[in-house]
Amino acid sequence: MRAMRDVWGEKLVQLGDTDPRTVVVDGDLANSTKADNFAKAHPDRFVQIGIAEQNLIGTAAGLAAVGCVPWTSSFTVFLTHRALDPIRMLVAQSHANVKIAGSYSGLLIGAVGKTHLDIQDLAIMRAMPGMTVLAPADEHELLSMMDWAQAMTGPVYLRLVRDVVPDVFDSSYVFEPGAIHVLRPGSDVALVSTGPQTSRVLAASDQLAAEGVHAAVVHVPSLKPLDTQALRMALQGSQLVVTVEEHSVHGGLGGLVAEELSSGSSRPRIERIGVADGWGESASNEFMLDKHGLSPDRICDRVRSLLATAVSR
Amino acid sequence: MTTADTTASPPDLPALARQARWQVIKAVTGAKAGHIGGPLSMMDLLVSLYFTELNIRVEEPEWPDRDRFVLSKGHAAIGLYSVLALRGFLPVSELSTFDKADSRLQGHPDVTRLPGLDSSTGSLGQGLSVGVGMALGAQLAKKDFHTWVMLGDGEIQEGMVWEAVQLAARYKLSNLTAIVDRNGLQQFGLPSTSETTGTDRGDRRDPWFGVDLSAVFQAFGWRVIELNGHDFDQIHNSYQLARAGDFNGRPTVLIAHTVKGKGLSLAEGAHTWHSIVPSPDDFEKARQELEPDEIELLDSYAHAQQRSQV
Repeated sequence: MRAMRDVWGEKLVQLGDTDPRTVVVDGDLANSTKADNFAKAHPDRFVQIGIAEQNLIGTAAGLAAVGCVPWTSSFTVFLTHRALDPIRMLVAQSHANVKIAGSYSGLLIGAVGKTHLDIQDLAIMRAMPGMTVLAPADEHELLSMMDWAQAMTGPVYLRLVRDVVPDVFDSSYVFEPGAIHVLRPGSDVALVSTGPQTSRVLAASDQLAAEGVHAAVVHVPSLKPLDTQALRMALQGSQLVVTVEEHSVHGGLGGLVAEELSSGSSRPRIERIGVADGWGESASNEFMLDKHGLSPDRICDRVRSLLATAVSR
Repeated sequence: MTTADTTASPPDLPALARQARWQVIKAVTGAKAGHIGGPLSMMDLLVSLYFTELNIRVEEPEWPDRDRFVLSKGHAAIGLYSVLALRGFLPVSELSTFDKADSRLQGHPDVTRLPGLDSSTGSLGQGLSVGVGMALGAQLAKKDFHTWVMLGDGEIQEGMVWEAVQLAARYKLSNLTAIVDRNGLQQFGLPSTSETTGTDRGDRRDPWFGVDLSAVFQAFGWRVIELNGHDFDQIHNSYQLARAGDFNGRPTVLIAHTVKGKGLSLAEGAHTWHSIVPSPDDFEKARQELEPDEIELLDSYAHAQQRSQV
């Protein structure tokens, strides 16, 4: 159970040790993202772009074109929003071997306010043909994803959060692109989540179980590609599917699940928990989770209420 | 520095440039879409680059140690395709597929489709960043290939260009050369208010009216060479200087003064030819000015294919 940025920074060093193609391109945030580990270990392969995110992506694409494996170091919002067009043309459309690590994704990045929060990254990156979109739940999944991303050729977006996240998996975990993970069986409701939100969903599932409500928990670490068949199988028979994400309710995991289930024969009721049509704000992590219905207690409240209305119908 | 067939006589650059310009007119007319002014203004620079300067292998387009070229002004794609065809990277006949379904010759260069391209471009102002990455990568890998980026003088209004300009100077990328096709005409331009307010904003279509572009690049730490972009001797000398590198490690920018639509009298200096489909009358006039004699049009692609099979 460690801060995701620390794990990421240390793993970058290891990738640099074992693969001389590894390069880190930083947007003057390495001491925040913890890419400074790499800067110390491999100074010759650490490129300080400066505060210029479009050029960061363009330079990464050029490095990739001549055989390097560049990893980006910046806050996700400055990549997915400010550098969106270079990501579109030079990375996704060009199928460039650039690993876009979006640090400080989601709501829980301290008192920075809506300018620095990224709650649309999954929607944006998922809409890019050819992009791989990953959101690890914990350090074990992150480490395995980084090994996988380094070994494959092509663009990857990796959604990273800043803080300590509880373990969901253990060190035996091996990432498989597209795979989903049914972490709890349950017939009353299926809770679907991604990234570190999954640990909070597991906690909610435990609370509900104590009350006799059996909630399945499905973790989706790979939003793209996705084994849609496996997702449908996992949700088959559920009358109520609730998606839970530290992201806008538009276009992210909730959107993905709704899209997939809308064309199947089984069409459960789908409810989406996340940030409603709005931005974030400066506040504590606890406040954010509570306000947007993402804490275990609030998830339980929502599920109880949904089940009650389902019964009364 | 070139891997061109050394037994052959030096390429006739003016004739090749005329042929390439004619291919541009034919392809754009056939596609009923595309750009003419920009491809024609950069053509002498591009033909010189591909036939006398770039260290490339037609029979091995992905050769890892090749020089890199990025056409940042991607809307001039048909100009690049024409030169690539004459150089042997694709059959000249394929130019007729430009802009059509399933063609490798998309409206803007698509690196995933056509061997011989080093980057996708089209959304303006992004190519220099790619060139910076390529030149940095060469330095990291201790390779001595040179990276060339063709920029439009209009597209360098984009802010991202200046992000790349800063970084290239900081990292002393003397293995990077930017070429600015300074034709002085952008598509529409700034409003000129002299008639109504007496304020002189100059030629409304010159993207850098009132700005000393050389001084700007120089202040950013680049070595600047100004040249006539239609004088083959000046072009050749500038390329030699650029490749030799600056002893202070500065990247080089060649500010090439060109005429938009160069080579076709109808189009020269006419902003209306930025993007236009020639009328039948104009096409005939272009044919009379540009169409090469049959004997001139060598099938470089077939030769390259033969060489790669040896």
